[in-house]
Amino acid sequence: MTTKRSRRVGWNIVGLALFVVIAFPTYWMISTAFKPDNKIYGFTPTFFPTHPTLQHFSDAISRPYFWTDVKNSLIVVLSTVVIALFLSFFAAVALAKYRFTGRKLFIVLVIGIQMLPQTGLIIPIYVVLGRYHLVNTLFGLILVYLTFSLPFCVWTLRGFMIGIPKELEEAAMVDGSTRVGAFVRILLPLVAPGLVATSVFAFITSWNEFIFANTIMSGGTKQTITVWLSLFTGGARAVDWGALMAASTLISIPVVIFFLFVQRRIAFGLTAGAVRG
Amino acid sequence: MGHVATPYLLLVPTIIAIVALLGYPIVNLVELSFQQYGLGQLITHHGVYIGLANYSSILSDPLFWNTLWRTLVFTAANVGLTMVLGMLIALLLVRVSTWVRLLLTGALVLAWSMPPVVAVQVWNWMTNLQNGVLNYTLTQLGIGNYFQHNWYASTASQYAMVTSLIVWGGLPFVVITVYASLSQVPHELVEAAQIDGARAWRILKDVTLPVVKPILLILTSLSIIWDFGVFTQPYLLIGPGQQSPDNYLMSTYLYIEGYAQTDYGKGAAISILMLAIVAVLSIFYVRAMLRTGDE
Repeated sequence: MTTKRSRRVGWNIVGLALFVVIAFPTYWMISTAFKPDNKIYGFTPTFFPTHPTLQHFSDAISRPYFWTDVKNSLIVVLSTVVIALFLSFFAAVALAKYRFTGRKLFIVLVIGIQMLPQTGLIIPIYVVLGRYHLVNTLFGLILVYLTFSLPFCVWTLRGFMIGIPKELEEAAMVDGSTRVGAFVRILLPLVAPGLVATSVFAFITSWNEFIFANTIMSGGTKQTITVWLSLFTGGARAVDWGALMAASTLISIPVVIFFLFVQRRIAFGLTAGAVRG
Repeated sequence: MGHVATPYLLLVPTIIAIVALLGYPIVNLVELSFQQYGLGQLITHHGVYIGLANYSSILSDPLFWNTLWRTLVFTAANVGLTMVLGMLIALLLVRVSTWVRLLLTGALVLAWSMPPVVAVQVWNWMTNLQNGVLNYTLTQLGIGNYFQHNWYASTASQYAMVTSLIVWGGLPFVVITVYASLSQVPHELVEAAQIDGARAWRILKDVTLPVVKPILLILTSLSIIWDFGVFTQPYLLIGPGQQSPDNYLMSTYLYIEGYAQTDYGKGAAISILMLAIVAVLSIFYVRAMLRTGDE
């Protein structure tokens, strides 16, 4: 018994050491954001800051284009999520609740698209958007974001819908409603948590997206917030690290909140199929 | 009620969107790869057909083969580290006290949720040569003199930094997924094996691994596909201005030589080659997912 206990203490020590290493980058970002400049640029780093300041946050948000680019990101991301969710809902119903010829082909398509490396698509998307004068427009970027969020939403929603027992729909149909009526009245409320989780995840991937935004959008008033952040260190000889970390913290906050909210659900959604299969 | 046509009608909007948004560009990509297509052609919207010239010039260029080789080594290192560390941490999570487990999963979820561009900037700051915490800590621990050490001076060192960033960001998904599937390992079996005096290694090999093997295979193939095409981290951490034939990965090679240097035809041909390689790498994953999608 004592060896078992001492072994657990040993594992705990290893676990705590790992905790420090894994949590450190996040801690360092946040603590730098609140540190006064003389603690940031000192010869010895300050691991436990004592005099927090909000100066870097106000510096960050008053930098050129911060709010414009946050607005750009929000417009693109919210439009993408709404359109992707609306379209994918029907496709997910078809995949989860019907068997039909060509179903397998469609599934291969949906999964296959998500495997395409985005860099491989930069050139044709840039050229095609140029043909329709959509380069450097928010609408063009929304169309591009749909290419990856639509298949993702179809596949994830399908996973949530499969879990809904068939008996519930059948009960509704026996009551005399049509299959579509059954979907709306029975399926929709049941699938609502799945819809929320899927849209939140689609929000996060679009909010974080960098490659396409960097390729298609240029200029301070047109770019998204990830591009804004990536340009923070460029050009200037002395980087304002405090403001950079404050901006990084601000940009992460919506993602972290959303992520904590859906992480369990999505981690389950991604693996449930695999474990069951 | 349940017409034969219903599922097809439900799919129509999505299929139209996918064909228009992705099918059309992909057809265009194939077309471009057989054309001389630069800035002039971008303005007139008409390429000059040159047959297989783009492909033959790329495939006869040692730069392509060097880059492909570097990308494969990079992918193997990143996937190997992520999977081995991920598996070890998942096994550790089973063995620690609850409060340690909660702390660790909390840290993992925070790492998981950090946007990649943000993570790059945090790495930039931590590895900064003047005030970076990494140089200070390594020096204080007596590992060596890292005072004003530049981590981005050589390709190997650049990729050590990129790898640490990618593994840190990729671990949470692996750990949390593997940990979830470890809970399916039958307790009775582990206990019976312990009573029989089986060593920890044998229990791991004969009881635990068979249960988590399917999920490990899926995670490995997903990581291979992701890391092979990764762009944001190497491009931004090494720096847009520091990309060169000495440190190209497939994604940055394609981006600089095709897009940035406005040789879209050549870039299209590189894209096709890259997509073909990824398609081969994905076959296993798509087949595994197909099985679950078709239950």
